[in-house]
Formats: sequence, structure tokens, C-alpha cells
Amino acid sequence: MNVLESGVGELFQRPDPHGFRDYVHKHKSQAMTDKLMTEQEAVRRFVADGDYLGTELYGTVRGPMSLAREVIRQGRKHLRLAGQGIHEIDLLLAADLVDTLDITYVAWEVYGISKILRRAVESGRVKTTEWSNAAITWRFKAASMGIPFIPCQSMMGTDTFKRSAAKVVEDPFTGMKTCLLPALALDVGLIHVHRADKFGNCQIDGISGFGFEMARASKKLIISAEEIVDTDEIRRNPDRTIIPYYLVDAVVHAPFGSHPGEMCYDYWRDEEHLKTFLEESADPAKTKAYLDKYVYGVKNHDEYLKLIGQERLDTLKSKIGGH
Amino acid sequence: MAEFSIREQIICTAAHLMADGSTAFVGTGIPMLAGMLAQRTHAPNLVVIFEFGGTGAQLTKLPHGVGDSRTFYRAVAASGICDVMEAAQRGFVEYGFLGAAQIDMYGNLNTTVIGNYWPPKVRLPGSGGANDIGSNCWKVISIMGQHTSKVFVKKLDFLTTPGYLSGPGAREAAGLAPNCGPYRVVSNLGIMGYDEQSKRMTLLETYAGIPVEEVLKNTEFEMLVAPDVRTASAPSALELKFLREDIDPDKLYR
Repeated sequence: MNVLESGVGELFQRPDPHGFRDYVHKHKSQAMTDKLMTEQEAVRRFVADGDYLGTELYGTVRGPMSLAREVIRQGRKHLRLAGQGIHEIDLLLAADLVDTLDITYVAWEVYGISKILRRAVESGRVKTTEWSNAAITWRFKAASMGIPFIPCQSMMGTDTFKRSAAKVVEDPFTGMKTCLLPALALDVGLIHVHRADKFGNCQIDGISGFGFEMARASKKLIISAEEIVDTDEIRRNPDRTIIPYYLVDAVVHAPFGSHPGEMCYDYWRDEEHLKTFLEESADPAKTKAYLDKYVYGVKNHDEYLKLIGQERLDTLKSKIGGH
Repeated sequence: MAEFSIREQIICTAAHLMADGSTAFVGTGIPMLAGMLAQRTHAPNLVVIFEFGGTGAQLTKLPHGVGDSRTFYRAVAASGICDVMEAAQRGFVEYGFLGAAQIDMYGNLNTTVIGNYWPPKVRLPGSGGANDIGSNCWKVISIMGQHTSKVFVKKLDFLTTPGYLSGPGAREAAGLAPNCGPYRVVSNLGIMGYDEQSKRMTLLETYAGIPVEEVLKNTEFEMLVAPDVRTASAPSALELKFLREDIDPDKLYR
């Protein structure tokens, strides 16, 4: 196949389909085993310094916030990140645990650009390679398919392509130009779901973003769940199982695990908390104070929820209404 | 005539561009409000698509992001990124609505950096879904809230999302699908389209009281001007009522 153009962006995680196959075969239990554990144990066992890490979410929705805070508390460093993210990436960057970022979008939607991302990248501390949203998801899809790359019709002709690690080739079947995206298998994925059983069968309500693809592209996968349910409940609606047990290494019970973000049908996002954080994030000292209070200052997610307060959490639940 | 803000004018103008019974990829902000307004007025059967998987929502409450539960409220499908992005790639999605920090005369957009690539002077969010929408939707409409010569520039600091790239034939030469690309630009001064031959941005309409010269003065590149620049229609009393009382009562976006 004739390579016509190559992006100059650094490839932070090289595709290795055979290595991924071997890993899956050796490490993913084919039997259903109990994987319920605390977030401390999950992060201690499954997140290492230098890991390539991904979080799955849409904006502030269904973010694995309790897990991200635990990664920071345990000080895992030299992380490489897949950057479709927002609050969790802001916190990891602010804690100075990140070396590289495959970035598609890191910002606060209606509230604007991330000041923490600005400081991290403009200072030259964090290196970046560019991708589109579909491209990074299709990279996960390629890894989940067990193949080395996937062709697409995005990114071509742009600086997004030039600063990516994609290649444009002449397709051997049609002769048309097509953009090849290298498969992206994560060392560790963090996903928050509505419900899971102790084996890691997970159900997500509403849209599923890129959870399906990322779960299947993760060597190690830590799940946090609003609710731990009996397997019978999973079996009653198996069509809702986006992530089956064999993809999962750890299951952590984390009610309000997406706080200060929201969970579709379950609780609304904590606007007041987020607005305060966004104001504070403009100032490095205040950002550090936020981390001290909400991440380092609590031992675990339970303590975090006590700090936020039951009254506030009840209010967020009541705001959900019909939608 | 009722008083209205320039943002209300932009929202109404964007809504007018959404056709009933068609599909539109909408992002956070003005496109959402425009989609809600269009569904309440001339386009009740507008199918709005959100990039995290909501298709065909009935937008009764303003979403605050492209993935919250309102983006698939009473929708016909709630899937994921791949499903909707692949729908655009195989040619299903008619309109794509985008914003940017910079736009050039071929409708190329920058949402990545100001200054050099790395380390940049200002790091912006990145492409998100914009590059995919710009590559694969049939007609791309850019919403630009600030029409100044720093935004409508000769040369982008970074070409995040493809418009017509360097001109006629450039998209096809780069490998992008033929016969699609930029269609309209809605700014705070007026409405632009693209010249069929040269693919260059062309002023079509201005808002009441805005002379053509003001648009040209606030554009760094040479803007083409249609032979008959009209005055864009102002928001109607009903549209303003919907916007203020129903769609965005908290003034999140206005």
C-alpha cells in the first residue's frame, strides 16, 4: 500500500494487536469471578506509573470522577492520556501526573476553554498529538477488533492530520485516498456505569458515547458503578449490557461516582461546585487548594461524599425530573 | 418592532437555515438554541443529532452539553459516537453546525491553537467532532459570534477543520468526499455563503443597520460581495417569545 502522507505527531502508544491478543488470553479471566473491591485496591493493582490511560464520558456526564481522584491520591505519574475529557483531565493535569496527551477535545463546552490545559501545554510541560473525536473512537474500535489500523474519511487536508500520527494512503481496492488511524489499546481504562454485578457485567442507561469501544480496547479496565446489582438483574435485560464481565478487571461501588458531573436519569450536575472550580482553576494556587480539599484531603470516595454533604447530593438527585 | 440582542438575531438566523425534515449535527451553544427554535417554529420535524449518540430528540429543555440527557429526550435513538459519526461518513447527515476561534475565506476553521503549534501561545480545546463534521456533513454552517479581522483572517494559525482548504478541487484532491463542504456563515454582522466557482466566502445579507462596508472592514481577507446584498430578516415577536420564555429563560446563552 502506497503511503502518500504521514502526520508528524508522536505516536504515544504503538499498535500491537498480537501483544494485545496475548494479554487478553493471559490476563482476562474467562470464568466469572468476583471482582468487587475498593477504589484504593483497584488503582493500586491496575494503574502503574507510565501507563497509557483513558477515561470515558461525554462532557461532565458519566465521568469516572471517583476513580480519577483515586489515581491522583495514589500519585500515579508519567501518565499518557487519551484526551476526550474535561474535569478528570483538568485534575490529572493540575496534579502534574501527565506527560503526553492524545487530544481531541479538552474544554468545558459552554463554560469555555480549560485554563489548566492552557498552563500545562503552553508551558511545554505536556506534549500533544491531535485527533478528531471520531478518529480517537475509531482507534479504540480498531484495537477492539484486534486489527492494527482502521481507515476513515476524516482529518485529511488539515493541520489536525499533520499533527496526528495518522497516514494517508492509496486504498488498494478503490484507488481513493483514505486516512489510516493506528489502533489504540489502553493500558488502563476507567469507566463509570449505572449498574454492574460483582463479575463486571455493566449496564449503561441512555447514550453510551464511546464506552462500548473503549471498554474493548483496554488491557486493564476499572469499572465504578452507581449500583451493584445481582447478576439476575443483568440477565433480565441483557440487551442493556454494554460491557460484559470478560472485559473487566475491577468493580468498585461508587454512588455519585460522576460528581460533580451528572448521570443520565439519576442525578444532575453540581453547577455551583463546577462554577467555583472553574473560577479557581484560573489560579494555580487556588487549583492546588481545590486538589488539597477534594482529592488529597479525603481518604476515599465515601469521605468525599461526606464532604460534599447529603443535602447537596439529594438536591442533585431531585433535579433530574423527567429528564 | 421588538427590541432584541445581536445574539438573539444570530440564533434566529441560524434557526432559519435549519430545514424541516432534514438532519443537523448540532454542538453546544447557539446551534442548540437554534435547533430548539426551529423545532418550535418552521421545522417541527428537524432531526437533531448530537455527537455522543442522541438522534432525533424533541428539545424541550436546553441541553448544557452535547451528551446530557436532554440531547436524547424523546429521541428516536440513543446510541454512541461511532453510530452517528459513521452515519455522517456514509453520507446521511445534511447539515453540520460549527463554531471556531478563526475562519478563513474558504471556510476552514481553527479551534486548536493560537500561535505556534507547540508550545502554543493559547491552547484551545482541539477538534472535538468538528473535523469529522466538516469532513463529512453535506452542508456546513459556521456560527461566528464575533465578526472581527482577528477572527475572519487571511491565514489560520492552525487548520483544524476543513472548509474548501486552498480552493476549488482541494477537498477532493486531499481525499475528502466530493460535493460537500461549507455552506453558510452566520456572524454578528450578517450572513455569508460561498461563490460557486471560486469557493470564496461571499457576503449575502447583513442585519438591519449594518452597512456592507462594516463587514468588509472587519474581515481581514478580501470578502466577495453578492450583487444584491439584502437585509436579513429580523427575529419575529413569536421567535423572541419562545427564546426568552421557553428555550433559555435562565439566559445561559443569550
